[in-house]
Amino acid sequence: MILIVGDQVDGRLLERTARAVTAGQHLADHLDGNLCGLLIGPGSENAGAAFARLVPRVITVSAPSLEEFRVEPWTTVVADVARREVATAVVLPDTRAAASLAPRVAMRLGMPLLEGVVGFDTLDGDLVARRFSHLNRVVQTLRPRSLPLAVTVSLDAFPPSPERANGGRVESTAVEVPAQDLRVRIVDQTISQQSSERGARTRVVVAGGRGVGGPEGFRDLVEPLAHVLSAEVGTTRPPVDARWRPYSEQIGQTGKTVAPDLYIALGISGAMQHVSGMNRSKVVVAVNKNPDAPIFRSTDYGIVGDVRAVAPALISALRDVLVRNPRSPDPSGPNP
Amino acid sequence: MKIACIARQVLDADQRLATLDGRVSHDGVTFVLDGMDAYGVEQALQIRERRPDSEVLVLGLGADRVDGALRHALSMGADRAILLEVEAELDPLTQASLLAGEIRREGADLVFVGGRDAEGDSSALGPAMAEALGWPHSDWTTSIQVSNGSIVVEHDTDRGRERLELPLPAVVTTQQGLDEPRRPTLQGMMAAQKTGCERRAPGIEGDVEPRTTIVNEKVVVIERRGEILEGSPEEAARALVQRLGAAGGLGPGAGDSP
Repeated sequence: MILIVGDQVDGRLLERTARAVTAGQHLADHLDGNLCGLLIGPGSENAGAAFARLVPRVITVSAPSLEEFRVEPWTTVVADVARREVATAVVLPDTRAAASLAPRVAMRLGMPLLEGVVGFDTLDGDLVARRFSHLNRVVQTLRPRSLPLAVTVSLDAFPPSPERANGGRVESTAVEVPAQDLRVRIVDQTISQQSSERGARTRVVVAGGRGVGGPEGFRDLVEPLAHVLSAEVGTTRPPVDARWRPYSEQIGQTGKTVAPDLYIALGISGAMQHVSGMNRSKVVVAVNKNPDAPIFRSTDYGIVGDVRAVAPALISALRDVLVRNPRSPDPSGPNP
Repeated sequence: MKIACIARQVLDADQRLATLDGRVSHDGVTFVLDGMDAYGVEQALQIRERRPDSEVLVLGLGADRVDGALRHALSMGADRAILLEVEAELDPLTQASLLAGEIRREGADLVFVGGRDAEGDSSALGPAMAEALGWPHSDWTTSIQVSNGSIVVEHDTDRGRERLELPLPAVVTTQQGLDEPRRPTLQGMMAAQKTGCERRAPGIEGDVEPRTTIVNEKVVVIERRGEILEGSPEEAARALVQRLGAAGGLGPGAGDSP
């Protein structure tokens, strides 16, 4: 049995769960077994119905001690269910939370861990997994020593799984959470307005860095350009530190990785930590007033100039083209 | 209090990567202290400044060359350094078992680990060490306040930010922007020379058979055009739009109003 740990917010199943299901199906080609979903915390029963359209069986676990995500009680629940169900693999969508949860579960159950997997394969009869390393500049092939194993899956690498013809069943179960697991106290939380869930596929990203000058630079330059291109807004670490933008938008080693068809970097110097989060984009454009900015080494098209002048010019030039030909200047378009 | 910091040595990210026999080549490359680990060393030093009875211990694991990362941390001002000498290449979970064993022997109230290393692109070491030690941990930590017997941290989550209170002992993994690591001073380097690293063999109770092995590494070559568009902002913008259109960068969907 392959256990897929799903993500839900307030009873709504998040799309990344369906991506993890696809990864689980790929894994099932190498390891025998059915897929089984697991949802933890309040809202699990409601989200369970949606999850059961993707996998034959869903287990939900709710308890007052599981009101908010905390890594220790979650570890206990995942490890307990995996042990009870004799799972051959525990699969989690690669999120901030899973980056802590998966290693704890793997340690507790003595399993190998594969982080940020982008594909599975067979080598000399053994299961191997591919993932990125060296700040996203190297593809590694890893061989796990044994089963069962824990896997976090890169969301960009797997499309969401389609719904099955027959719905699966949802069952709730109880797991005893020891008091020690609740020793970390949540003092307070700030939920960003921006949803943590990405769209079906991010085709264009417009990102702003320290060089856009402040929150008003995002409002007046980055967001309007993103709007014209129906793009997602991204950022680097300094604007997040300065609280101009939410962490959910941060791209790079310590944020998220994106690989859109078009990436536009405004006022971003191009530190390796940022570039590692966007260097798999198809086409990269950068606007920066410093001609020696390292970002220009990772760029297809660069414009040396003040973003406050270039961004409005770009918006107006794009409007001209897109109004004339609202679908596409190139009928063949990019690969879907 | 006693603070332990993990110091990993990684390839300097500004270098070109090459492979040799299916692995990233280490020929003629420079290694540096991992930047995310350096945030932890800096944080430990700042705590020691406020609590002068504190001791800052740095721990490394691996081949002889890891000495360099430990010396860097000593030059920043750490009190002691221990290198667990292991020749074999180990996955993060196996490293966590060995490092946790050493921390148990040494004793520590607080352990700092980089949130994600620049070589394995892995976030596993901190959480796995906490699990091995039976301690709580905070990940992606952006600030930390130490009181007696507990810490309050702020950290990034999938949905925003959160403040947590953790009882000590605990493991804290760093996030970019936690602090600005100080540069080693000449004085620090001389002191580090004198202090040196204690070298030890990892404890036998550790699990030294790696849980995963790397069978192949391939450098991803991304060719970029590197074309600079000249002219006024308007001219450069028009030139860009023209090229993006030709490259298919403005495909269907672009320009649709949400």
